[in-house]
Amino acid sequence: MAKVAKSPWLLHYDGSSCNGCDIEVLACLTPVYDVERFGVINTGNPKHADILLITGGINSQNKPVVEQLYSQMPSPKVVVAVGICACNGGVFKECYNILGGVDKVLPVDIYVPGCAARPNAIIDGVVKAVALLEEKRAKMDSEGGNNK
Amino acid sequence: MSTRTIVPFGPQHPVLPEPIHLDLVLEDEKVVDAVPKIGYIHRGLEKLVEKRDFNDYVYVIERTCGICSFMHGMGYVEAVERIFDAEIPDRAKYLRTIWAEMSRIHSHLLWLGLLADGFGFEALFYQCWRMRERVLDMFEESTGGRVIFSVNKIGGVLKDMPADMLARFVNNFNEMEKELRELTNVFLTDFSVETRLRGVGILTRDEAIDLGAAGPMMRASDIAIDTRKLGYAAYEDIDFDIITSKDCDSYARCEVRIGEIFQSIDIIRQAVSKIPDTEISIQIKGNPNGEAFARMEQPRGEAIYYVRGNGTKFLERARVRTPTFTNLTPMLKTLKGADLADVPLLVLTIDPCISCTER
Repeated sequence: MAKVAKSPWLLHYDGSSCNGCDIEVLACLTPVYDVERFGVINTGNPKHADILLITGGINSQNKPVVEQLYSQMPSPKVVVAVGICACNGGVFKECYNILGGVDKVLPVDIYVPGCAARPNAIIDGVVKAVALLEEKRAKMDSEGGNNK
Repeated sequence: MSTRTIVPFGPQHPVLPEPIHLDLVLEDEKVVDAVPKIGYIHRGLEKLVEKRDFNDYVYVIERTCGICSFMHGMGYVEAVERIFDAEIPDRAKYLRTIWAEMSRIHSHLLWLGLLADGFGFEALFYQCWRMRERVLDMFEESTGGRVIFSVNKIGGVLKDMPADMLARFVNNFNEMEKELRELTNVFLTDFSVETRLRGVGILTRDEAIDLGAAGPMMRASDIAIDTRKLGYAAYEDIDFDIITSKDCDSYARCEVRIGEIFQSIDIIRQAVSKIPDTEISIQIKGNPNGEAFARMEQPRGEAIYYVRGNGTKFLERARVRTPTFTNLTPMLKTLKGADLADVPLLVLTIDPCISCTER
């Protein structure tokens, strides 16, 4: 576990966004921005993931899916809300079906604003998430191991 | 007969950037039926037209989808302009054409990358997305945004591209064209890629008509329909052929989209050589009263925009019919009889844009 900050695995989920932020998240993984230089690997399996990137303001049908993904991730875990919709609902805030931000459903640790969030901002968010991940791990250690 | 098993596919799946759920009914490894469930990205965007005035709504409708964002804005403003019977300046029409074709290039490159990822050719995925970034750089230089750039307004466009910038862009595309030939040849001639695409996901010409396929999915089944031929924006001044293929399989869909990338580069070249030097927007006074349609060829197929105004600043109704929605039924058709291992690939060949579908 001590090496988690050297290679955090990332899970990305589209929580009812317009997919502008989603393609920017994917752009982060490709050669021009290349988050793999920070050891970040994109995974499709929530049980492998340390960081959860969520875009979009979450609609009622997506809520159980997001909760499910979060609960399947092992601790310590960090949630990053990508884009203004994920932060507070953004342009869709007044839509009848939108809950208005990821923090209505999950405890969000890091907010990355922008419409769409720029890859530079997303990478900054992920790097902050890695630091936080290490902090959470240290806290878990001091509280009696990471057996939780 | 072997026993039937139902395997859920999605909403969260490594191959899908966006959530859609399919219940795959299997007999051994063969898919015999697929039942879709959508609604994970439904936001209720069309209803928002009652809370935003018709000028502000451009920014909402552009966020229908982050990939063809520009064309959604363009479809909506064209529909509203038709209510006003407004003739927008020629330069604005040409600028819209250029941005629309740049969007098509970026969208098709994105799709080629995802397809490569779908059949497990990671290096090719990265190469496609590296090329795509060069288009995004041009977007950023000309509009300020990378994926959503809000340059449409009712009555024209908000930003102009100076002549030297346009010349430089054409130059960039000429350079890209050579590299793209090399890159796309891998899709068309590589042995392993062909084994994954040839004969997979057949959609015959009749099936494509019956099930209402749209865009490249339809043109790959040998139906020559392209909404650009209707001549919206500046397309009536532009000379281009409709690209079709007779193969009706995944390879054909790939071939059509690759052809369209080079076609778009050619359209941009033509548009830049003909662009007139006029104003870029006109002022439109009053509120829309009446109804209008606009049709548009998006990267994924034909999109239809409908707006109805009642003389106040809030429209009564705005409606979008998006290409992915009509392409879902042909997709389900191609899934039947496919191997389970081919399902991610077949879902990708329609170029699904779930955000558009569900709005």
